[in-house]
Amino acid sequence: MTTRQRIGLRVRVDPVACDAYGYCAELLPERVTLDEWGYPIVDGTPVAGGLVALATRAAAECPRRAVLLEQVLVSR
Amino acid sequence: MSAMTLDANDRLLTVPPRARSATDLTPDLAGHLATHGALAVPTRDDAAWTAAVWRAVSESGLLGRGGAGFPAAVKWDAVRSGGRRPMVVVNAMEGEPASAKDKVLLAYSPHLVLDGADVAAAAVGASDIVICVTDDNGPTAASVTAAVAERARAGMAHRRISVERPPGRYVSGEESALVAWLNNRRALPSLRIDKSVPLAVGRRPVLVHNAETLSQVALIARHGPEWFRRLGTPEAPGSTLVTVSGAVRSPGVLEVELGTPVGDIVRRAGLEGALSGLLLGGYGGAWLDPSHLSTPYAPGPLAAAGATMGVGIMVALPVTSCGIAETARIVRYMAGESAGQCGPCVFGLPAIADDLEQLAVGRAGADVLERIEVRAAVVDGRGGCRHPDGVVRLARTALAVFADDALAHGRGRPCAGHRAPSVLALPAATTRDRWAS
Ligand code: SF4
Ligand code: SF4
Repeated sequence: MTTRQRIGLRVRVDPVACDAYGYCAELLPERVTLDEWGYPIVDGTPVAGGLVALATRAAAECPRRAVLLEQVLVSR
Repeated sequence: MSAMTLDANDRLLTVPPRARSATDLTPDLAGHLATHGALAVPTRDDAAWTAAVWRAVSESGLLGRGGAGFPAAVKWDAVRSGGRRPMVVVNAMEGEPASAKDKVLLAYSPHLVLDGADVAAAAVGASDIVICVTDDNGPTAASVTAAVAERARAGMAHRRISVERPPGRYVSGEESALVAWLNNRRALPSLRIDKSVPLAVGRRPVLVHNAETLSQVALIARHGPEWFRRLGTPEAPGSTLVTVSGAVRSPGVLEVELGTPVGDIVRRAGLEGALSGLLLGGYGGAWLDPSHLSTPYAPGPLAAAGATMGVGIMVALPVTSCGIAETARIVRYMAGESAGQCGPCVFGLPAIADDLEQLAVGRAGADVLERIEVRAAVVDGRGGCRHPDGVVRLARTALAVFADDALAHGRGRPCAGHRAPSVLALPAATTRDRWAS
């Protein structure tokens, strides 16, 4: 392998479960903004560094357990 | 709408040898076997037969005919790898208001669909087949039930087979909604993170195929992949069913070779006069500009023209109708057909419907076109299922194909056509124009 890869975390929201509490946008504004109806718009760029802890917290604190963290391969 | 126009190249809608006309078609088992020939499906696991039919379906390049156009063989791979016995689900829900192909197929040739279900079940080792027909479609359910009973009497029922009647709503035929119904009687779609993980009823993997897809499997199992590929294009082989309506003399279901120019198909249905646009795919489909009528009817070329094959509907909009008003009515209907689970779908679609309705009557502000584009971009891809994505595509293509009209409407000068009666069929409750009073 010439390109080196590592595991990254991507934030996703399950729209079926989400009820627009908006905590995710408050905790992780770097990746989540809200639409005009209060539902999260997620930037799928993998999180790194200090954002990992925030993303994990957003997933843990979503009242509907709608914030999902997906493992993806990112090349560095 | 149930008329058919038959053609010499037809495969699914072949005329039985003894029939004199398209109205003299009897779907009995003997007639079916006389038309299509016998088909041997093993009653228990048979490795050699399975390998042969697997290769045939794979080499045929058959793409699913239920809307997503996914290769049939890839779906088989996904369910066979699991340890438990899979279940085959025949999706004959056909919730698309302007589509009649599965209804025609199951009224006219139910045994072809049941043959295909049998082949798929034997190939993936399934012991059960479940046929799903909406609770408001009695005739199709009766035809299928009669055909199942006929096969049982003829000693051809080797697997448990049942007919289920989920609710007749637009999204209840969506794969994950159908499987949810079988699990818990609630026909609601769910988000599928990883599509390579098959859907399951209980813990059994489920293979869901559209009724037409299975009828194609039945023909491939009989005649082989080379025969199948004699029609169509290398990427989209075979023939397919389309339901043509609108400004045509003979609305109904046609069997066409994939790759046929779109214009030839509407002309075969008796296109009358000039068109202002052609709706393709479904109510979550796309408008095609009349200057693109030479586009080959196949997924790749249609995608390049911004359109989609979807479930094979074509509605010819006459120049006397208003594409903006027609689109507003469909988007309102589709907003009402949301399963009510996801914010972007629940709030976004009615908001876009409001915008389009205001635009249709020329009472929207000057910024409405931009607002629709922004809202469309915000809603696109953000539902649990693809329902909102299709609606958004329809709205966007309407603004592109009817661009001159959209500008005039936006400036407060709607065309006369916005008062014309609806060309696009809508189920009764939603045909009332919400902006009329
Ligand atoms: S915190 Fe959870 S429920 Fe709230 S907006 Fe975010 S995803 Fe939705
Ligand atoms: S996107 Fe709409 S139709 Fe699909 S699951 Fe969500 S609410 Fe239901």
